Amino acid sequence: MKFTVDWLKNHFDTKFNNNQIIDKLTNIGLEVESFESSTSELDTFIVAKIINAKTHPNADRLKLCDVDIGGDKTIEVVCGAPNAKNGLLTVYAPPGSIIPKNQMKLSVSKIRGVTSYGMLCSESELLLSNESDGIIELKNNKYANKIGEKYFKNTSEKVIDLSITPNRPDCLGVRGIARDLSAAGAGKLKINKKSNLKYRGNQNINVTIKKEKVQGCTTFGSCLIKGVTNKESPKWLKDKIKSLGQKPISAIVDITNYVMFDLNRPLHAYDADKIDNEIIVRSSSKGESFEALDNKKYILENDMCVISDRSGVLGLGGIIGGTRSGTEYSTKNILLESAYFLPRSIRKTSKQLNIDTDAKFRFERGVDPLSIEEGLIKASELIKQICGGEISNLDLKKIENYKKTIINFDPSLFEKTTGFNLENKELIKILEKLGFDVSKNKKILKLVVPSWRPDITQSIDIVEEIVRIKGYEHINTLEPIKTRLKPTLNYYQKLFHFLQRSVASKGYLETVTWSFTDSKINQLFKENDKEIPIVNPISSDLNVLRNSIFPNLIFYLKKNLDRGFKDISLFEIGPAFKGKNPGDQLTVIGAVRAGKVSRLSWNDKERIVDTFDVKKDVIQSLYEAGINKDDIIIDDRTPSYYHPGKSGGVYQNKNEKNAVAYFGEIHPNIIKKLDIKTEGLVIFEICLDYIKESKQKIKDLKSEYKFSDFQKSERDFAFIINKNFKSQELVNIIKSVDNKLIKSVRVFDVFEGENIPEGKKSIAVNVIIQSEEKTLNENDLDNINKLIISSVESKSGAKIRS
Amino acid sequence: MSDIKKIKDDYIDKLNTENNIDKVNNIKSELFGKNGIISNEFKKLGSVTVEERKKLASDLNNIKDELQNKISTKIQEIETKEINLKLEKEKIDVTLPERDIEIGKIHPVSQVIDEISSIFSEIGFSVEEGPDVENEYNNFTALNTPDNHPARDMHDTFYLDNTKELLLRTHTSPVQVRTMLKGKPPFKIIAPGRTYRSDSDQTHAPMFHQVEGLHIDKNINMGHLKGCLNYFIKEFFEVDKIKMRFRPSHFPFTEPSAEVDIGYEIKNGKIVIGEGNKWLEILGCGMVHPNVLKNVKVNPSKYQGYAFGIGIDRLGMLKYGINDLRAFFETDYRWLSHFGFDPLDVPSNYRGLSR
Repeated sequence: MKFTVDWLKNHFDTKFNNNQIIDKLTNIGLEVESFESSTSELDTFIVAKIINAKTHPNADRLKLCDVDIGGDKTIEVVCGAPNAKNGLLTVYAPPGSIIPKNQMKLSVSKIRGVTSYGMLCSESELLLSNESDGIIELKNNKYANKIGEKYFKNTSEKVIDLSITPNRPDCLGVRGIARDLSAAGAGKLKINKKSNLKYRGNQNINVTIKKEKVQGCTTFGSCLIKGVTNKESPKWLKDKIKSLGQKPISAIVDITNYVMFDLNRPLHAYDADKIDNEIIVRSSSKGESFEALDNKKYILENDMCVISDRSGVLGLGGIIGGTRSGTEYSTKNILLESAYFLPRSIRKTSKQLNIDTDAKFRFERGVDPLSIEEGLIKASELIKQICGGEISNLDLKKIENYKKTIINFDPSLFEKTTGFNLENKELIKILEKLGFDVSKNKKILKLVVPSWRPDITQSIDIVEEIVRIKGYEHINTLEPIKTRLKPTLNYYQKLFHFLQRSVASKGYLETVTWSFTDSKINQLFKENDKEIPIVNPISSDLNVLRNSIFPNLIFYLKKNLDRGFKDISLFEIGPAFKGKNPGDQLTVIGAVRAGKVSRLSWNDKERIVDTFDVKKDVIQSLYEAGINKDDIIIDDRTPSYYHPGKSGGVYQNKNEKNAVAYFGEIHPNIIKKLDIKTEGLVIFEICLDYIKESKQKIKDLKSEYKFSDFQKSERDFAFIINKNFKSQELVNIIKSVDNKLIKSVRVFDVFEGENIPEGKKSIAVNVIIQSEEKTLNENDLDNINKLIISSVESKSGAKIRS
Repeated sequence: MSDIKKIKDDYIDKLNTENNIDKVNNIKSELFGKNGIISNEFKKLGSVTVEERKKLASDLNNIKDELQNKISTKIQEIETKEINLKLEKEKIDVTLPERDIEIGKIHPVSQVIDEISSIFSEIGFSVEEGPDVENEYNNFTALNTPDNHPARDMHDTFYLDNTKELLLRTHTSPVQVRTMLKGKPPFKIIAPGRTYRSDSDQTHAPMFHQVEGLHIDKNINMGHLKGCLNYFIKEFFEVDKIKMRFRPSHFPFTEPSAEVDIGYEIKNGKIVIGEGNKWLEILGCGMVHPNVLKNVKVNPSKYQGYAFGIGIDRLGMLKYGINDLRAFFETDYRWLSHFGFDPLDVPSNYRGLSR
């Protein structure tokens, strides 16, 4: 909402200066977005200096000038003026400027093969005089230090731009703003003068409001103004319209706009001679159409509130008028409309047709239903004053009476809500100044809400009005109450926190990517999940919710590879969506690692990242987050986007359906499809929701501290075993030989090939044996060795290597 | 005897010039081996008279001690020399690079969320969460924003179905609704998370982060709201004093509503929070609207309280001097390395919020 201070002062007397008014507006909830002169077309013309004027290479009469336009910028301009010379101060118009004389818009152009950026102006081009022989010569003493500044002073009055919240339609008119300011003590609201307008004759175009299933209009006021001379608006009115940031059109249109912004009372003027017999306010039928004042043709749906005559639709009530009945300079007789349209209907229609107008904006938020006559009178007076004519009696058709809103307000609610006390006297004064009708009934205040405040419906709204006008600075700042109702984080929130930092500590950069992604990439990672399309995506490559974190991670990995990075570790922790209902989401960590380990190392051999790098990262992270080492099982069941032979899953239970984590190489097909150029790419993911919550706290989980001081023995074994036999199982077989004595089993060598039969491999393990009761003698150890070998051989089909 | 003295002197001379450990060891066995010279001299003691024996034995013992001392000193000397020589050869260039350090980082958004959680934890708030996909009721209607409300226009919403029943939450306020529906008052929670709006330009991203706050009890008023936010802002920006302004505003789900500005100034091209005469809007808040309380089955005549919503990304930008919101979500390796935080840098009260 834009307006000038002058305009504001039409409605109230104040001793406040501009800055005080600005501060007050913000303090009462009418946020000032800006306070500055409205921009003028002349703003672009600036003082400039010719640094060097040389002859155009292709034209003797033209000159090529290097022009200093301030801000360390020099620009090349082609100029035909004979007086263009080195050191001359003149006026420069950049491309985009509109030359006052011919209203031409400048563009960058080639003049005889040389590009000219803008032009240097003559006095005649700027309408300063008739002098057109050469460019303006500015006096050195006055302009030498003004290079780059505007040549024309912007004399237009400063405009206040308010951001009005949707609950305050009354402040979409200057009078409403003045009322608020006066309630807050910034001045005194002027009382409207009684109109002494003389009416002649009746409004003889019949108006009917039809009762409809979906009612759009409840009241339609109008008057006829006969014998007007429509013309250009007088300067004061043009200035007002310009201060709104709008273009003056004609006196009649400008007046209706002026009244709309002055009183928040939209009006519409019809050329009465173009109306076919009568006005019918009714609901539209599907397929009806009309051409609106924005020069677009609209095809209507059912139940849109239209103003029509016998020939059809004239306009959309409260939204936009039609060209068929629009006023022109030749218009002689006007029908002026001032009506009440229901917000819900306005909103629905404008949404369906995608129209936004000032009138729509106001009706949608709620125009004062009792301002119909005030609006007609104010506009008629102005029309008569500017365009002449005779005004008919006002005609008011309504199918519903306005119902007052009454609130019984207990003043104690004010202190209960705001924490500070206000005398009843002051509280009542504020409400009365805002337009409330206040009467007292013991402790309760009976309040009649002013008709222009549709937002106020209950007691809490009254509290807001009072505290807003009194000022939020009166609210005390109380010490925070530190009482805690429950622990800050629950198990899964802690897990989130630990895993996030644990993964990062392995050298991964955390990123945050959109929750949506490109369906084409998502496709590669979604497994059996249903695609979840967004109906109105921001762009076609962000058109589905991500079923997995990897589509985005891989996409950005590729971008970073393209930037020339080779060794990249990235991860994200966030939602992966499994369905389109609320809650169909999992919290997942996705991590990618590309490139080499020890690249260009002077002492280590470099190698490509592999599955066991990410296996370490994932397992260590799980341990660090508190998942018990002995509780996890590695399996080779993995999603299809992993390399089928080089990936694994981490399960907390042998028969668990869902893995808590996966790791491994990404499927080569995906690398090929997405054209990822890297030496190696391994990934892992952890699904937090699948980690079983430990019911015990760490303090309960610590087992008794036991250790053995008896001598420990190490034994190495090498077995020849089927190639597909899993080392994890071998280790488990050995451990189960004697859980007490066997302290650890470590695989330290695996190989196939030379000396090993086809389809077999050799696995070497180191076993640590230690008793908690005695030092084991050779005999004991021999027995264990034999047991280990026989168990492994019988359970796995392996053979000990001799 | 004089022979033996002569032999001793010869060996002492030999040992003085000898530098080879093996040769010293040879000398040792020449003298003290089974048939060594000194050993043999001791064997001869049995064939002399008692008087002579006494003197001779004493002399022999002296000679033996002297030679043995000499030998062990010599061995030590040679060994020390050899070790020193070896160490000299083993010297490496310690200015060569160490093995690769793998530096991971925490994203600024995560860091700021942890900072916020840490601050609110100090004054008794716990953390709640809600789903990113919401239904229309929780996101709008329950929050006193019915379908025909123009406030809905301020939220450009992503929808998942044509009936506009399912959407991506436009703010974290639906977590209020969920929390209150599933529990009983009092409530004291914050809810950080992802939020979505379908606009995208230099200062808007289609996804961003908010933290919702809610404190409902029997006597919570606007003074508590002011106190809580004043505490939070001071702690977050780690300043002793903060210039703060509460300004009336409007949100459908709070009444009265306020927007909060903090004072700032530009010093040497950098934004300094807390002082100065410029205002920066950082959050919206208010007393939870009785209609909202009714919708979540909380009796508004018994319980009241405040709620607030803060843009997390923006707070992070202000605190850590990040200019471009969109860069948060573009996964540029350089940006992540530059603005990311060390994983050990866990914000906490006792250790300090930031390093």
